[in-house]
Amino acid sequence: MSTLVLLTITGLGLGALYFLIASGLSLIYGLMGVLNFAHGAFITFGAYAAWWITTHVEASAEAELILATAFGLVFGAVLGALIELVFIRPLYRRPIEQVLVTVGLALALGALVFGIWGADPKLFPDRPGEEISLPSWMIDTTTILGARIPNDRFVEIAVAVVVLAGLTAFLRFTRIGLIIRAGVENRSMVTALGIDVRKTFTFVFAVGGALAALAGVLSGIYFSTVDPGRGTSLLIFAFIVVVIGGFGSIGGSAVAAVAVGLVQQYANYYAADWLDWSGAGDVAVMFLLAGVLLLRPEGLAPKVAH
Amino acid sequence: MMTPRRAVVPVLLLALLIVLPFLSVDIPVLFGGPLDSPGTLNLLALCLVFAGVALSYDLLFGYTGLLSFGHALYFALGVYLPAIAVTEWEWSLPAALALLAVVAIALPLVLGAVSLRVTGIAFAMVTLAFAQAGNVIVQTNPGGLTGGDEGIILNFDPLPDFVVGIVNTKYLYWLALGYAVAVFLIARAAIGSSAGHVWRAIRDNERRVEVIGLRPYPYKLLAFVLASFLAAWGGFLWLLLIGVTPEVTTATFTLTLLVMVVLGGTGTRFGALVGGFAYTLLDNRLRNLAGEERIQDLPDVLRVPLSEPLFLLGALFVAIVFFAPGGISSFPARLRSLVYRRAAKESAS
Repeated sequence: MSTLVLLTITGLGLGALYFLIASGLSLIYGLMGVLNFAHGAFITFGAYAAWWITTHVEASAEAELILATAFGLVFGAVLGALIELVFIRPLYRRPIEQVLVTVGLALALGALVFGIWGADPKLFPDRPGEEISLPSWMIDTTTILGARIPNDRFVEIAVAVVVLAGLTAFLRFTRIGLIIRAGVENRSMVTALGIDVRKTFTFVFAVGGALAALAGVLSGIYFSTVDPGRGTSLLIFAFIVVVIGGFGSIGGSAVAAVAVGLVQQYANYYAADWLDWSGAGDVAVMFLLAGVLLLRPEGLAPKVAH
Repeated sequence: MMTPRRAVVPVLLLALLIVLPFLSVDIPVLFGGPLDSPGTLNLLALCLVFAGVALSYDLLFGYTGLLSFGHALYFALGVYLPAIAVTEWEWSLPAALALLAVVAIALPLVLGAVSLRVTGIAFAMVTLAFAQAGNVIVQTNPGGLTGGDEGIILNFDPLPDFVVGIVNTKYLYWLALGYAVAVFLIARAAIGSSAGHVWRAIRDNERRVEVIGLRPYPYKLLAFVLASFLAAWGGFLWLLLIGVTPEVTTATFTLTLLVMVVLGGTGTRFGALVGGFAYTLLDNRLRNLAGEERIQDLPDVLRVPLSEPLFLLGALFVAIVFFAPGGISSFPARLRSLVYRRAAKESAS
């Protein structure tokens, strides 16, 4: 029982990371029809930006972590907005080229991270001389039904829940949220009504960039390191979450992220024992995707942002 | 059919490529040593392999309009399966290659049949997921078969002598040239066949093909199986030239194939060949350039981007997409129209 609880909460923590990445991807695709491969670069750059600021300040563990998260968020948002303005906007009406450009950016930015900070993982946050670099309460464990669970898992889950609630409220109750929802449903109709949907594109990219960077920072806490391959490895699972959840659906992404995180953790533990093979969790997720697509090619949710 | 006049340049080029291992010519910037040196021949062979593999990807992307993110899986199949058969199971080479021929048809047939039930981005994602499963299998080394990060040290005993050893690089080069030519001829025949016409019709407008009364599904599956089969043999040549490395299973590897095809020009006669060749050559030269002192002595702002080939190639790719969407193979036409326009302007004034 305690193993099951541990696996479930760890799976939810992982699902929280997937959700943060997938929600941005899903909105961008739903609204603009761009499958953003450069999203992985937002994750990695966000994580490294957060790590970089911790190498330049000396403060208490909590203060450093909050500063790092804020810096990573802003960095991700600026990067996202810049990429939309400089690279995506000029190719409006050329959707294939937009995807190709994000592929080129993903390769180039990925190589740049590699070139600047090297291939080795960096301890996050960077607090030389300290035995533990995270706030001590995050490393401590809480015992639930006999399972000892590291507290940082709860942080990841809580952040994802707050983001989910915030995004949903934003899409439902603000004017720009209304335009985004309408744009996802029928972009040409919104344009025909005299509203310039393109103004929301930069915004959606900035939000996507910020959330991806946030996921990058949280992944730094989850794994206690940042490394140059982080973006790519998380992005593939986020893609799967987006496809299973249905493009443009925040709620769908949340459900799918939880499903993917749990399947991965359960399969990793139970099948690995049984098959004596550590790749079972990842492969199980791939088959989950194939299965869902074959049964429901449009994903779990219809194409509406809610 | 190619008219005799149009065939002159390719045939001359092919003749040059065939006699190339006998030319002791130094081409300073493009190659590190004379053309007949083993290092240069190995690089040229790799360029030719990727010319062929890029063309196989173009059959999917450029001709049929199928954006697959899983082509690396079939290339990797050609790298890993013969290596495992020869090294772990101690099969003879012909037996291993026969197995590859069977699996390189069976696997894409099954996975293609599943993935092609969805279209567009969903298809891209399913192919990505299958390829990623392949990557996970290779990385996690089930039963010690794939060697994980280390790869496999190939058992050379069952291999014929002429593919082993540095002095024999020229035979590998000819093998690679033969591969590129074979892929080109097969692709050309396939594109010219009635199925090939349906592929292009599907790319342009799948709904119209259905309205005419054809089912696109079997045609797409045919393109998928053919492209994967051809890529697998490119993988086998990579095995002989480079060896077993897990990087061939990654999603990034498929993305570089996409870059090659777009770089050369999608859906054109020679575009993918040129793109695959040029990309591989550039990648190698940039890698060498990165190690040179004049780069290493630069300030960090210049040194870091200049010593990452993938950064430069990614940036070049973005530039091509922005400014020359037809890729390298559209350059002659662009140049011609530029010259004509200038001539027209002069005659007008």
